[in-house]
Amino acid sequence: MAETKYYWPSREESRVIGKSHDRLDGLAKASGAAKYTYDINLPKMLFARALGCPHAHCKIKSIDTKPAERVPGVVHVHVFEHAQAGSEIKWDGELIAVVAAESEGAAAEGVAKLKVDYEVLPAFADSEDLAKAEELGRTTKGGGKVVTEKEPGDDDDEDEFIEQEIARLFKASDVVVEGYYGVDAITHCCLEPHGSTVMWKDGKLEAWLSTQNVSGTDDGFARDLELTADEVNVYCDYIGGGFGSKFAPDYWGVAAAKISKATGRPVKFMLSRDQELKIAGNRPSGYIKVKIGADKNGRVQVWDSEHWGTAGFSGGAVSQSVIPYVLVPPNYRRKATNISTNSGSARAWRAPNHPQACAMSQVALDDLAAKMGKDSYDVFMANLANADNGKADVYAAEMEIGAKLIGWKDLWHPHGKGPKKGSVVEGLGMALHTWGGVANSSICELKIYPDGGVESFCGTQDLGSGTRTVCAMVLAETLGLGVDDVKVNIGSSKYPPSGASGGSTTVGAVCESHRRASQDAIAEIFAKVAPRLECDPSELVAADGRIFRKGEADKGMSWKEACSMLGMKPLVVRAEHERGKESPLSSSNVGGIQMAHVAVDTETGVVKMKKFVAVQDQGLVINPKTCESQIRGAVIMGIAAGFVNTASPIRRPACS
Amino acid sequence: MSDRHFGNKDGFSRRAFLKGSSAVAAATALQAQTAAAADNDGDQVVSGKQKIQLNVNGQNHSAEVEPRTTLLDVLRYQLELTGAKPVSADGSSGASTVLIDGKPATASTTLAIACTGKKIQTVEGIGADDPVIQAFIKHDAEQCGFCTPGFVVAVRAFLNKNPQASEQQIRDGLNSNICRCGTYANIIEAATAVVKGGV
Repeated sequence: MAETKYYWPSREESRVIGKSHDRLDGLAKASGAAKYTYDINLPKMLFARALGCPHAHCKIKSIDTKPAERVPGVVHVHVFEHAQAGSEIKWDGELIAVVAAESEGAAAEGVAKLKVDYEVLPAFADSEDLAKAEELGRTTKGGGKVVTEKEPGDDDDEDEFIEQEIARLFKASDVVVEGYYGVDAITHCCLEPHGSTVMWKDGKLEAWLSTQNVSGTDDGFARDLELTADEVNVYCDYIGGGFGSKFAPDYWGVAAAKISKATGRPVKFMLSRDQELKIAGNRPSGYIKVKIGADKNGRVQVWDSEHWGTAGFSGGAVSQSVIPYVLVPPNYRRKATNISTNSGSARAWRAPNHPQACAMSQVALDDLAAKMGKDSYDVFMANLANADNGKADVYAAEMEIGAKLIGWKDLWHPHGKGPKKGSVVEGLGMALHTWGGVANSSICELKIYPDGGVESFCGTQDLGSGTRTVCAMVLAETLGLGVDDVKVNIGSSKYPPSGASGGSTTVGAVCESHRRASQDAIAEIFAKVAPRLECDPSELVAADGRIFRKGEADKGMSWKEACSMLGMKPLVVRAEHERGKESPLSSSNVGGIQMAHVAVDTETGVVKMKKFVAVQDQGLVINPKTCESQIRGAVIMGIAAGFVNTASPIRRPACS
Repeated sequence: MSDRHFGNKDGFSRRAFLKGSSAVAAATALQAQTAAAADNDGDQVVSGKQKIQLNVNGQNHSAEVEPRTTLLDVLRYQLELTGAKPVSADGSSGASTVLIDGKPATASTTLAIACTGKKIQTVEGIGADDPVIQAFIKHDAEQCGFCTPGFVVAVRAFLNKNPQASEQQIRDGLNSNICRCGTYANIIEAATAVVKGGV
């Protein structure tokens, strides 16, 4: 058979794709029937609770587990390898020991009875205080880059040339603005904490894991338990939030498996809320000192910045590669410094580095507009010429749409010169962003039974973005069926592997694999049906539960009838997409703009979001309903982060 | 049973609750230590298991509880009703919201033994055809879904009391529940649609 040409139907031809559909698991979630990892209860299951270190930095002098072991109901106490007597604990909340008991109450009581003597050591946690971090030797170089249009001559000292050139460019600028901005660390705070419910069966591990990575965590367990991946099954039908923090079994998942093995009983071990916040994921902080020089139109010609921050004890900061963000002037110098603090390590957060880089870079543009007495919209528009991702035209179109939706031109007033209602002032702001996104690797196994039944198997997971529904919609579209006519099986490492859900890669991934599998399958069915309908397979169409020659819907046959021609055995098709491989079905690289209209009470500090507009470039939308929910959710999350950023708000600079 | 001393007339003491409730399990070790200290000041606390009867979703169930056992633990681990979720030890997330005699309460901060003789309704008892659940589905008022059952119960309770609530009243009335995925806008739409008589 000739290779199927993979494609998407046109917007006009699509019956399912691009039309809003209720998410398939909507009822299960809303009625409480959906079973998350936390909800998996197994016979004779033990409940595990952990003691987190109460100090940011200390040495464990001794640990006595006996009082905990004596608590009625306590079955097992597990002390972590990294928390033995003499061990140094380097961040707040690091787990020390786990108590497994007959009930959560008994486990908690056991944890309270653990006797640990600590020697408290000096700690450092204020990642904004660069001078202090340097004094304490907590900093490492985070890299940097210098780009100037004019290059040094052969005889020039490079460092000297750069200093002089940057100084010259600022002198030649029509306007110069300096700023200091900061974005604190925020935590993922998944409502379902990290954790697992595990049991051993015939020497194999069965693990219900709250994970964004069903296909990639079986080997994670296996590696730490000296098994092979075939000896571990990971399940995750539902996950209560991940946001980039749930890609691995984590050492506490491995501990659950070890305790289960030692006791011969299933174990449920979920982190407590404070542990979830302290050790299970945060986004790095970022602080920046920046000076920009622009021409009379507000287009930035030169950028000079130094930023720092922390990704917790492991160091790291916002990557220097995304500063300045998207709008990159022809001349720039950037430098980053990493700080190590006594706090849990950062984990990937929705679009790692980008939100902080956006805030740290683009507030400066607004301050430039303020200094020039210009409309921020015009300054952003002037700087689109500096867009480094080839999307200047897209941003311009998005800005026009956004401005109309929010009423920018009517509401705009020069910075600080708007009307005041009592102590309340209002204002507008905007920013723009970019993200790669890509179709992750994914395999779909599709089974079509002779009685017309259809089911797919794919080791992906639904984080709440509606993956299950997207899979079903793609199959339904291709096979000419209703969305409810196909059964989608995901959330098990037993199924063909599919990539982890992170970095906007899942809808692309499952659309690739499910479209390919269903196009391959329908081609085989068309080949069987064509002789009966006395036509060429290429003339056939699958729609509305029937297969027919294009334009002759009444002369075709039902889906069931067509499937009966498969014979005794189901048709099984496997199709694969490999991440990064060029495909007619997916692409990457998007950009969007967002505008906000806020009211601020200058006496109380209360900020009210009056209107927020997001205009997003996003390619083919499979399910508009869940797509809109994603954008709304992300915007609300971003607004929340902006509002609670109390310790170090995104700052206004002192204009030079 | 006769040698047990109860801390107050309701048949349970706060100290007993603090001593080791599974709600406290999610709180800091400091709290647990405080409770342990309270245990040493001469006041007796209840321990041991007892059988109680609970009326949940119109049916009587017997449950074996300790004084510290929360209603949430009984629902989730003895009655296999896992709709109410353990998100916050102090009930601040609203994810464990249930109705007790028609009033919303967080099961994570309610002791099981305080619920005898009362009518408890969980999300599982609301029914798939309820307009609130149908509106949540239609308006996509759920993403990861972990907070959703708590929100559904909270909306049901609020609309029972305020069937003609305005959008602003709904926003204020649902202040006790949180959602990390940010489904608030959709939840408000769903609740508003129910008020208007649709889903």
